Amino acid sequence: MNKAAGDDLAVDVSARESNAVTASRWPRILAPIALGVAFLLLWTAIVRVKGIQPYILPEPLLIARTLVSDWHTLSGSLWITLSISLAALCAAVVLGLLFSILFTQSKWLELSLFPYAIVLQVTPIVAIAPLIIIWADNVTVSLLICAWLVAFFPILSNTTLGLNSSDHNHVNLFRLYRASRWQTLWNLHLPTAMPYFLGGLRISGGLSLIGAVVAEFVAGTGGSASGLAYRILESGYRLQIPRMFAALTLVSLCGIAIFACLTLVSHLALRRWHESALRTEN
Amino acid sequence: MPDAALASALRSDKPLLTCRGVSKRFSNGTLALKDVDLRVGQGEFLSLLGPSGCGKSTLLKLVSGLALPSSGEIDWPTSEYDSHGNARPHLSFVFQEPTLLPWASAAANVALPLKLAGMGKPERLSRAGEALDSVGLAGFESAYPRELSGGMKMRVSIARALVTRPRILLMDEPFAALDEITRSRLNDDLLQLWRRERFTVIFVTHSVYESVFLSQRIVVMAARPGRVSADLCVDEPYPRPSSYRTTPVYAAHCQRSSTALEVAMGDVQGHV
Repeated sequence: MNKAAGDDLAVDVSARESNAVTASRWPRILAPIALGVAFLLLWTAIVRVKGIQPYILPEPLLIARTLVSDWHTLSGSLWITLSISLAALCAAVVLGLLFSILFTQSKWLELSLFPYAIVLQVTPIVAIAPLIIIWADNVTVSLLICAWLVAFFPILSNTTLGLNSSDHNHVNLFRLYRASRWQTLWNLHLPTAMPYFLGGLRISGGLSLIGAVVAEFVAGTGGSASGLAYRILESGYRLQIPRMFAALTLVSLCGIAIFACLTLVSHLALRRWHESALRTEN
Repeated sequence: MPDAALASALRSDKPLLTCRGVSKRFSNGTLALKDVDLRVGQGEFLSLLGPSGCGKSTLLKLVSGLALPSSGEIDWPTSEYDSHGNARPHLSFVFQEPTLLPWASAAANVALPLKLAGMGKPERLSRAGEALDSVGLAGFESAYPRELSGGMKMRVSIARALVTRPRILLMDEPFAALDEITRSRLNDDLLQLWRRERFTVIFVTHSVYESVFLSQRIVVMAARPGRVSADLCVDEPYPRPSSYRTTPVYAAHCQRSSTALEVAMGDVQGHV
């Protein structure tokens, strides 16, 4: 077997080239930007033509100006909301991975704990947030718990599914080579679960922000937190509608940034092998 | 006769593997194998030939230790046994699908058995490189399975099986999903590897032509319940070049095997 199979080589080269194809990327970036600009222009036009007052609907330019002028207050709130979301996401990743691994190691643990994980997931966070805020001494801790509660489940359920999705032949292969439990987990089950975990991570990234904002709304009425949601409430009470929109814009940008980062992480982790990250040419 | 030669003659007399009265009944009640007796000699190339459902893959699973027989025993007279009384025959398995890890490069896939055995990274990667070289895939170490054709993936799978230098290679219809051209090239290459490294092969197939081309001995199996129906010898010398496929001797062996297979399948109809 010293000669490489000739016809096989051609297949390989074309497969590699198709992975490297990066053209036709511009429409994906330009099309949404063009639509966004058109939307903002239309918004401005309607506000100006109809003479709508800023306390009902401010025009985009005014929102941008408010964003700059109130940057000092808003950036502080942005930092608080963002750090709570990210800390909750980290906790969800660590605990989600830990529990899903425990579940695959012991069927009994999974059978007895999984229903309670579902209870946590299906109970609306708005309904439990007041309780958590009463129970936890520290407001930051209570916000963190709320955000974690909603971010935890997608990672747990997706990773558990992924860890149970190993190919049967692969499992046999590992048994034949007398792999230990730990070796099978590390070399087979965890890599198999990777795409599932990353899918759950992208959902949880958005949910952790939603959890943080919802909890702030509930806690914010107490007046002791100053995240973005609290800024929105406060501006609402004071009829500072442009500032309300500015805070809202920052919440959206936060969500987009989290999603974009996690998509990038997912792409980098899967680009060499997973169907979802590969480009094919027909 | 010098002692060394005598000793080696005695050793080669001892089979590598014996199955005695091996039966397998699945939990749903199906009797997959009934009273299979089989002796496999050291360095032998043996094919298990039979229609689907005759239990040839099941027999291979039992031999590999992935499944346990319901009755009878599988003995490895020349292999070590561990403290639990389980044989440690130095075996490798090639599945019908290449069964490569999609997230690992070809070299990492081939090195996997060595990694699981605790070998250090530089050594196992160099052994994997040699194994890939021996199946004609030098230069593809860093390629991912997704980038390889079906035939190349199967070559990687064979390299992974051989990297541990097994005494016996179990192959479960490894080339069944490949096209005719790739398949006959892999057959040629497998024979070369076998002649060079002198491992034992049990090759499961449903192709008469493949079994006659490759093996020294063809065990024909019948279905319902799975059992040995005939044991044929293909006493043609090696090397067997591609031109062997067009010789009258080859045709005669194919004829003989086909007849044996028809008898085995006729048995089934007799039972139904």
